[in-house]
Amino acid sequence: MLWIAIRMLTGDRQKFFGLVFGIAFSTLLITQQLTLFVNFLGRGTTAVYNISSNDIWVMDPVSRTPDTALAMPSTALERVRSVDGVEWAAPHLREGATVRTPDGDLERVTIIGVDDTSLVGLPDAIIAGDRNALAMPDSVIIDSVGTARLFGEEVDPIGTRLELNDRRAVIRGIVDAEPTFTSQVILYTRYSNALTYVPGARNRLTFILVRATDGTDPQALVDRIESETGLRARTREQFARDGVDYLIENTGIPLNFGITVTLGFIIGITIVGLTFSLFIRDNIKQFGALKAIGVRNHMIRKMVRAQAAVVGLIGYGFGVFGATLFIKLFEDDPTFKGFYTPWQIPLLSLFAVFVILAITGYFSLRPVLRVDPAEVFR
Amino acid sequence: MSGDIAVSVHGVKKSFVTAHHVHPVLHGIDIDVAAGDLTYLVGASGSGKTTLVSIMAGILTPSEGTVKLFGTDIFAMDHRHLVDYRLSHIGFIFQQYNLIPTIDAAANAAVPLIARGVNRHDALAAGNRMLERLAIGDQAAKYPHQLSGGQQQRVAIARALVHDPRLVICDEPTAALDARSGRRVMDLLHELAVGEDRACVIVTHDNRIFDFADRILVMEDGLITHDGKEVPVEEDMDGTA
Ligand SMILES: Nc1ncnc2c1ncn2[C@@H]1O[C@H](COP(=O)(O)OP(=O)(O)OP(=O)(O)O)[C@@H](O)[C@H]1O
Ligand SMILES: [Mg+2]
Repeated sequence: MLWIAIRMLTGDRQKFFGLVFGIAFSTLLITQQLTLFVNFLGRGTTAVYNISSNDIWVMDPVSRTPDTALAMPSTALERVRSVDGVEWAAPHLREGATVRTPDGDLERVTIIGVDDTSLVGLPDAIIAGDRNALAMPDSVIIDSVGTARLFGEEVDPIGTRLELNDRRAVIRGIVDAEPTFTSQVILYTRYSNALTYVPGARNRLTFILVRATDGTDPQALVDRIESETGLRARTREQFARDGVDYLIENTGIPLNFGITVTLGFIIGITIVGLTFSLFIRDNIKQFGALKAIGVRNHMIRKMVRAQAAVVGLIGYGFGVFGATLFIKLFEDDPTFKGFYTPWQIPLLSLFAVFVILAITGYFSLRPVLRVDPAEVFR
Repeated sequence: MSGDIAVSVHGVKKSFVTAHHVHPVLHGIDIDVAAGDLTYLVGASGSGKTTLVSIMAGILTPSEGTVKLFGTDIFAMDHRHLVDYRLSHIGFIFQQYNLIPTIDAAANAAVPLIARGVNRHDALAAGNRMLERLAIGDQAAKYPHQLSGGQQQRVAIARALVHDPRLVICDEPTAALDARSGRRVMDLLHELAVGEDRACVIVTHDNRIFDFADRILVMEDGLITHDGKEVPVEEDMDGTA
């Protein structure tokens, strides 16, 4: 009986394609938008996760995220170093600046000043140049996404001179780092050098990166630093989470993506619902005849369920394929660098497909269950 | 020729209730159809023939009265058992064929077997055989829309007979057929649907096939007004009674 149900469905090409399209469209929209949502929120964590060697971030009590921070007096560094359980503590500067490219364009950049000797704060993966070249005067290392933004993909920027806040800077290397939410160009330089690029302000110690001694619980150390220094301290994970929370609270991301996902769901319900009930209405006489012949409602239900399952699986397959293709296509675009689809998302869209089909199937099935077999034969 | 009682209709009344009024259609029908009889039901349009055979076939519930098929009171069964009973024992050929447009003729003919759970291969083979007996074996792989009206009707007939039902109910089975095909269908119905333990009730206007009848019932305005071997001469088949 079920193969007859499938043939009823696939034999009606137009409606079959309509149904598959509806499901595929919803799946694509929901999967793709949720993927972008999760990855854009993930951008709130990149500043933290680009640095791998520290356990704790220490900052002024009012600082909230890597990009919304108030600098501390330089004496804070010694106070943190004296806290029990601190293996090392490195100064970390993070400040906005303006760069003038050789072509004369202006661009907002982020300057990151890393520890002069240990270079803690510099991402590990160097893809061009040499990290030790930072020891040379006026040296900066640029991030890969920034290279693409400033110079395009083809140009080799090593050795290029920039005017950074009206001072000379020479690019000595490229690090592979994920862009932050704003995708701003990032220039890494030694902390002492960074101070010369960011003149004026009295306090220029934005963060202190701390490593706990072996066997010290980072959370315990965080508490100790806070109580002994009066500064704010966060573990890496907490601070990454703070970055995400900041994006959630201060950008339109959740609302915008939420709206699109909801629309995808509603459009899915609408297309599939209308097409499904049209399909059922076209076949109501055949269903009535089957009932007259002696097919139980139980089997009729199974038939409609099989039809929904076929539509759902094929449509879902196309949708997920489309969403994957989208991510693949834009893989090389700096904006989408490092984007991936967490496994929960396809599962979530599968659930959405299930709900769409359950709702539309339920309403389409009702007239079939109600149809009076005597009616269809008159 | 006549044997046990195959269909026993007693005191059957049927009214259709619409939003504004009750429309009585059958006013009290009593008939016993003997097994082995080919029984015709004739009468003017609107006299209630389709309504009566729908009740006999268990797809329409009477307002009053009982229907026993081979001794079983079908409306005393619960709904599910009645549905199963239809699948096992009743074949229909109705005015509308209601074939499934997206499966071929053989599959359409095989539907009752498939619904019973017979495997697809055997069911299709039986459907093919039945189409051959109706002289449309060469059309088995065609879809309903590729068939003429008469061919579609024969597919519907094949579907009614494929599972070897004990009671075959036909509503105008030869209306779309030429005289020769019509007689051929009647021959087949006679062969397959009439026997010691089975019966066949046919609604028809087609006087070309009246000679097949063992018994002719005439309906007028919801009542049986004639019961005999022949059609009464005064009966105007196409009139408004
Ligand atoms: N579901 C229904 N609701 C209301 N009235 C109905 C319904 N079904 C049948 N009727 C009425 O019952 C009467 C008998 O209908 P029926 O279909 O039994 O006639 P018939 O003898 O088969 O006619 P024909 O020869 O045209 O097929 C008609 O007047 C019809 O209008
Ligand atoms: Mg009729």
